[in-house]
Formats: sequence, structure tokens, C-alpha cells
Amino acid sequence: MDKAHIKYTLSWATLTLMIIILIFVMTMFGIIGPYGMTTIVLIGINLIAAVGLNLVIGMSGQFSLGHAGFMAIGAYATALIVTSVPTIFGFIISLFVGAILSGIVALIVGIPTLRLRGDYLAIATLGVSEIIRILIMNFKITRGPAGIFAIPAFVNWQVVFGLGVLSIIIVVNLVRSPTGRAIIAVRDNEIAAESLGINTTKYKVIAFVLGAILAAIAGGLRASFIQSVSPQDFTFMQSITILIIVVLGGIGSISGTVLTAVALGILDVVLQNFGSLRMVVYAVVLIIVMLFRPQGLLGRSEFSLKKMLFDSGGDHDKGRSKDA
Amino acid sequence: MIIQQLINGMILGSVYALLALGYTMVYGIIKLINFAHGDIYMLGAYFGYFFLRVLHLNFFIALIFSMAICAVLGMLIEFIAYRPLRHSPRIAVLISALGVSFLLENGMSYLFGSDKRSFPQAIKTIQYHFGSLQISNIQIIIITTAIILMILLNIIVKKTKMGRAMRAVSADEEAAILMGINVNRTISFTFAIGSALAAAGGMLIGLYYNNIDPLMGMTPGIKAFVAAVLGGIGIIPGAALGGWLIGILETMTQAVGLSNYKDAVVYAILIIILLLKPTGILGKNKREKV
Repeated sequence: MDKAHIKYTLSWATLTLMIIILIFVMTMFGIIGPYGMTTIVLIGINLIAAVGLNLVIGMSGQFSLGHAGFMAIGAYATALIVTSVPTIFGFIISLFVGAILSGIVALIVGIPTLRLRGDYLAIATLGVSEIIRILIMNFKITRGPAGIFAIPAFVNWQVVFGLGVLSIIIVVNLVRSPTGRAIIAVRDNEIAAESLGINTTKYKVIAFVLGAILAAIAGGLRASFIQSVSPQDFTFMQSITILIIVVLGGIGSISGTVLTAVALGILDVVLQNFGSLRMVVYAVVLIIVMLFRPQGLLGRSEFSLKKMLFDSGGDHDKGRSKDA
Repeated sequence: MIIQQLINGMILGSVYALLALGYTMVYGIIKLINFAHGDIYMLGAYFGYFFLRVLHLNFFIALIFSMAICAVLGMLIEFIAYRPLRHSPRIAVLISALGVSFLLENGMSYLFGSDKRSFPQAIKTIQYHFGSLQISNIQIIIITTAIILMILLNIIVKKTKMGRAMRAVSADEEAAILMGINVNRTISFTFAIGSALAAAGGMLIGLYYNNIDPLMGMTPGIKAFVAAVLGGIGIIPGAALGGWLIGILETMTQAVGLSNYKDAVVYAILIIILLLKPTGILGKNKREKV
């Protein structure tokens, strides 16, 4: 690790710490009430799911419409385990179980379907997600369409914040590893990547499985935070909600995803004032943003502290900003 | 019994087919999954409701008016929300289509309430019995209207100048421009036809199920898209075939007592077909070029 890199990492850590302190102070002075707290936690949960989806759509270029199904697996794993083992230990185990289960399902589904291209993959993943939801709705153990209530709450904003930061670190580091470079190569030109000896299916599956794991963790957090789950929470619309965060932020831009998750969370609070017009305004905002900024807020580029703070030292970032 | 279920499946499938045709034409020409298509179907039903309940028109005249209005709306949506994004990443157009879909669903809920409305019974139901088979005049109307519209569509696409332009643009947009085809007008026309067919589907289903609501387009919209993919997206006879297959499959699963799983069966079949033949039942495999 060279010196500039340490400085750069430290400045990100400082920024994270500042946000944590800001939230603490604002809760202490009552600027963030219980409602604001709920908003923050839900933003964090959406963010984790969206970072996972951005890995699939943005980094590996595979268009998945099935994120809600993987969230459902995580949510039900947590709901079922925590209701029978209502301890923090049970909660942690349940997150792991959900993540592993979701990863296995993604692996089984991904190996055959990821050979499909573009919209065919989208529709196949949508189908998988709906099948998962319909199975949950009909199984006895998941208690049918009514879902599961009174799930013990183990989630507060610190947990979500911590896991959110962790998932961002994992994805960003993955993207900069040889595996991540291979994933990006597959996105940019599958045939060229293949001709360089990259096993394209393998790297697509890695991204897909990791995305599914992050979705399951988001689902588990959500189940324990909201304290109830039902199949209705994980319809096609849930996949779309996450997809919108990814696309508005800029496909392939993790910082864009983070900014959009926060912005949409705040927009949602503002729109509460519109009452029943809320969704109409939301729809109009969505269309207008797309018309004027089709590449998303940040496009493919990342919000970079390096560029802002130490502009002179940013050589190896130049290549990245060019293709943005 | 099986023949009865087949007939019921064909009726439902006709409506899916009408919707799937719009999906497949739009996809064939601009490679867009038009998520707002199911909502045009809903609008068609609402216009039909208005013409029948308020203006007391004849059902078929109301059908034609509703189709005409939705055709114009479809062109308008394309002009405002899709055309400026013609050269943007495809996912941007997709999100724009989702925005239009939300706008139509929530706008209609806001204006007319989200409750179910009972669709006027413009045509009295008469049941006919053939041995053990039972079929109503409404079912006959649905299937004949759907077939007539499909034949008309086929004539438009195969025999008219506009139809030839549509096929040309979907085969190769740039070559079509070089041949002097007005691409924008052709795409508008495609949206107009697709939307008119969706509107007809909406009105027919209103007549069949007797009720309509602002979210009625969501599930049939997705299923019709599945139908289009199943038949081979971009291929017009494929959409009709896919629609009927999905309709029959759905009623058959219900008939064997798996009605809770009917959608799961539809999706499972879709995934299997995609894996075996990704281009759909009638699709041709295209060689990949570097």
C-alpha cells in the first residue's frame, strides 16, 4: 500500500465517520425523530439490495428483474429462524442462512439462464422471482398469503449502516480485483473476453450469486426491522423499486447508487405531503429524470474523493473517467 | 370436460394474444419492453366504460372509438417518453416506460378512484349448450373480434405500404432510412396499432369479467409479454400462438386443481422454453457475428 492510497482510504473512513456522528447528533437533538429513523433504515436496506443489483446489472451487464425473489428468500429465512430462536445469535445465523440459501438458488438458476442474452435473461429472472413468491405463498411453513407477523426486532440503524458500508466495500474491492476486472470485461465485450480465455458464464454467475446474497441480507434486515413479511412485499414491483435506484444512479456506478438511494428516500418523505398524488408525482419525476439524464445521475463514473481532495495524485483514475 | 377447458383457455388466450401482438411489434421495431402496454389495455377498458355508461353507445361502436383514442394515446406516449431516448441506453427507455406505466396506473387511481367498477353489460349474455359443452355469446364475440383484428393486422403488415415500412424498419433501421422510409412515422404507426389492439383486449375482458380497475393491466401485461417471448418475440404469428398457449395452459392448470400455482406453471414453462430455444417457439436462431 502506497502512501497516497492510505490517505485516500482514510479520507473515505473519515467521511463515513462524519456521517455516523451527524446521525448521532441529529438524533440526540431530536432533528431525526422515529419517522426519520425509519426512513434512514429503509434507505440503508434498499441501498444494500441496490448495490447487489448494480453488481449484476452494472458490472457484469446482465439484466436481472428478479431481485425481489432473492430478497424474499432472505426475509423468510430471517422471519422463520428468528421467530423460533429470538436471540441476536439467531438473527445473525438467520442472515447467514438466508444469504447461503439465496446464493444456492442463484447458482442453480444462474448457470442455465445466464447463457441467455439481454431481455431474455430479464424475463427468465422475472419468472424465477415470481415462482419463488408463488411457492412461498403456497407453502405451509411460510404461512401462505398472510405471511409471518411479530418477528422479533434486532435491527437498528447502526446495524444497517454497518452492513451497508460493508457491502459497498466488498463490491468496490471485488470490482478492482482480477475477478472484478474479468466481470467488467464480460460486460464490455463478451466475445472479446471469451477470446481472451475468460470463462464468461463463470464470471456472470459469480456476480449474480453475490448480488443474490446481498439481496437476501437486505431482505433479512427488512423482515426483522418491519417485523412482518408477506409474499405481497416481494412482487415484481419490489424488483422495479431496486432497479430504479440502480438506473437513476447510473448503471455501474456504486456511488451513484448510494446517492440515489438516499435521494429517493428523501423524495419519498417529501412526497408524503402530496397524499394520493404521491405516486403520480413520482412517476413524472422518473420520466423527466430519464428524459434529461438517460445515463443516470453519475453515468458510469464514480464520485471520487481522490479527485476532489488530491487532484494531482489521481493518475490511474484518468482512464476510468474517460470512458464515463 | 377437456374440450370445455380448451375453449375457455382460447377465450382468455385471445385477449393475451391481442396484448402480446402490441408487445411483439414494439419490441420488433425498437427493442423495447413496453411496460406501459398493459396500462393502455386498462385505459381501453375505461374508455369503453365511459362510452357505454355515459354515452350509451353500441358495444362495437364504443370498441372502435376506444381503439382510436388509445391509438392516439399510444403515439403520444411514444412521442413524449420514448422518442427522445431513441439513441440512449436501452435500459433508460425501459425505466421511462415504467414511469409511464406508474403514471397511468396512479393517475387513473387518482382521478377515478382505485375501486373496482362494474363494466356495463352492453350485450346480454346468452348461454348456448352443445351436448355437455357450454359457450356464451360473449365468448363467441371475444374470439371472433380477436380473430378479425388479427386478420386485419396481418393484412396491414403484409399488404400495405405502411406494413412494408414496419417490416423494413424492424429488419434494419439504417437501411430503411436509406430507402427513404420515414422511421419516426413508422414507429408511431406501430405504437398506434399495438395500442388499439390492447384497447380492444381491455374492452373485451371488461365485458367478460364484468369489472375493471386501474391496476387491471399489470398481471395481464406481464403475461402477455411472456406470451410474446414464448411465441418468439418480434414475430407476429408467434404472439398469437403464445397468447393462446398461455391462456390454455392457465385454464388447464386451474382445471386440474392447481389454481394457486397457475402463474408459477406459466413462468416455469417459459423458462424451460427459453433454455431449450431462446428465440421462442417460432423464432429463428440467428448466428452471432463478431
